[in-house]
Amino acid sequence: MSKYYLNYLDELESEAIYILREVYAQFQNPVILFSGGKDSILVTHLAKKAFYPCKIPFALMHVDTGHNFPETIKFRDDLIESLGARLIVGSVQESIDKGRVQEEKGKNATRNALQITTLLDAIEENKIDCAIGGGRRDEEKARAKERFFSHRDDFGQWDPKNQRPELWNLLNGKHFEGEHFRAFPISNWTEMDVWNYIQRENIQIPSLYLAHEREVVMRNGSWIPNSEFLKLEEHEEIVTKKIRFRTLGDITITGGIESDADTLEKVALEVSTMRQTERGNRSDDKRSETAMEDRKREGYF
Amino acid sequence: MQIDKNQLLRFTTAGSVDDGKSTLIGRLLYDSKSIFEDQIEAVENSSKKKGHEGVDLAMFTDGLKDEREQGITIDVAYRYFTTPKRKFIIADTPGHIQYTRNMVTGASTANAAIILIDARHGVIEQTKRHTFIASLLQIPHIIVCINKMDLVDYSEEVYNDIVGQFEEFSSKLLIKDVRYIPISALLGDNVVNRSENMKWYQGSPLLHELETLHISSDINKVDARFPVQTVLRPQREGFIDFRGYAGRVASGIFRPKDEVTILPSGFTSTIKAVHSDEGELEEAFAPMSVAITLEDDIDISRGDMIVKTNNQPEPKQDIDAMLCWLNTDEAKPRAKYTVMHTSNEQRAMIKEVVYKIDINTYNRNTEDKSLKMNDISRVKLRTTKPLMTDDYRENRNTGSIILIDESTNETVAAGMII
Repeated sequence: MSKYYLNYLDELESEAIYILREVYAQFQNPVILFSGGKDSILVTHLAKKAFYPCKIPFALMHVDTGHNFPETIKFRDDLIESLGARLIVGSVQESIDKGRVQEEKGKNATRNALQITTLLDAIEENKIDCAIGGGRRDEEKARAKERFFSHRDDFGQWDPKNQRPELWNLLNGKHFEGEHFRAFPISNWTEMDVWNYIQRENIQIPSLYLAHEREVVMRNGSWIPNSEFLKLEEHEEIVTKKIRFRTLGDITITGGIESDADTLEKVALEVSTMRQTERGNRSDDKRSETAMEDRKREGYF
Repeated sequence: MQIDKNQLLRFTTAGSVDDGKSTLIGRLLYDSKSIFEDQIEAVENSSKKKGHEGVDLAMFTDGLKDEREQGITIDVAYRYFTTPKRKFIIADTPGHIQYTRNMVTGASTANAAIILIDARHGVIEQTKRHTFIASLLQIPHIIVCINKMDLVDYSEEVYNDIVGQFEEFSSKLLIKDVRYIPISALLGDNVVNRSENMKWYQGSPLLHELETLHISSDINKVDARFPVQTVLRPQREGFIDFRGYAGRVASGIFRPKDEVTILPSGFTSTIKAVHSDEGELEEAFAPMSVAITLEDDIDISRGDMIVKTNNQPEPKQDIDAMLCWLNTDEAKPRAKYTVMHTSNEQRAMIKEVVYKIDINTYNRNTEDKSLKMNDISRVKLRTTKPLMTDDYRENRNTGSIILIDESTNETVAAGMII
């Protein structure tokens, strides 16, 4: 006799598909926020499942800091081609050139916070009423309070104390002109769930997630990759290490970890024994205790 | 871990800071090794800044800036941990009276509720309030944790006395499954590991209960209900005539060749196939997301419901419901709202407030007809078109509604159909 319950990965998958279909049904012009990282790749994969045999009905939107891993861009372009989907790029460089934002100065300058303006501009320009993200509640304490459907006012801001209550499976995506929503179909997934699922479904991910030799420099306790954007400090030294990345973002702030895990199986095993959170190597989150909450309030991913 | 067998269990915790709720969650996460070193480090640093000695377990669950400053939880926060047996989602909700709405939110999808009682104080108003909400929302399993046993010398007598108090008041409520555990969240007794200090307690520690609760029967597998979310029409080669109805099975089981009726139109057909992206399935049961194709060409769209012909929900325009008001603006007399029920949306009017419940005493107040934030009232609604409803008690998915204020778009109330 067959069993009449789902295992937890199937239940998470079913929940995500349900949410993606609600987005499609309730919004006019939704996009998937695509960073080239594993979470947005997972969301794209789930969208493919949710609408099969139709093509995915969402464009992919990439907020490009200009500081990319070359591997990420190639991966993005290949994926777009295989899906037959539309790509929208919001460029931080353009925002700087237009004078919408100013490059940060100083030693730890990054383009992380600048993305907010570029993202909100792209949402407005393209008349996007829902941006689907790969945010997960286990990532960070401010994200633990996110809804599946998260309302943003006409300035793109999040008000964590005045969120719409979300009960049962009833998602309220009603909004006024100029406002938009963020939708988080994989809210309930943990890093471990993501890896188990990627392995089970054999989802293609950028090779950066697997251990490889790379030139790096030790900065704030993690290995920052060498790139044309890296400015060496006096005492810093470039070395070659076998590393892999747990998250992918702007190349100037994404730290790798030393690892021998060069297959999906080995990565999943390694993640299960990890004693540090994955964002622990993101210097954007280390700026202050409420770095994520502050950025999210302004309209960050 | 065995992925193909392990289930997902959602539970909610009700209690205030003083009950040690955050400490309990911190303890579960900490002892099950679900907290990472950098999180521990961060909490150690903040604990030191605040002048606490050692690690304040409660700080693992505080999220937003205001909360950490004020030491209270102001919204539902979700926590995750996994053991070799199950994956757990905790809906962590605050227990103060003004946060009934958060508790209702957290309870709406929970398989189990943990109700915390301070062993020194026994059953208090707050315990009654939390238990009432757990019963109202029909959480299938309730686990009463009598906490701070270390402060009452691990006394069996104190424990038995509190169990007696709980049994007495909860006999008025509809609760399916309740169990009791004496614990000390602070010291870890009976949370993850069996207590050495309470040999008189024969039951399991909390984590073991959570890992073994029978939850497969929590979802209704009898009444087949399939609310249509959207229609899939690929119109491309190989799928020219494909017309799939996409949705998540709300309850029951669907198989090819089942005789089905489409509501509200009443047309009948037969299931041709149940599809996933990997091919056709032998069956689909709740809560699977699938697409269904039918033998006949019928006009079906979002908001319609596919049900088995021999077991149909009741189309209702006059709806009796228990309503929890969630918004700071109180209900306007005879105001109109949008009602969301499964994938269906209609307009509705609150025709009558029958009574309001005092959730501390369970008394009914038939005089006060207002609906204010955190009020729980029995109401009569009238909708513009029928909703295909089941009683909430039988079916959480097809027995629940929310009301949306058309002038603000906010979700203002949650209802359970009677």
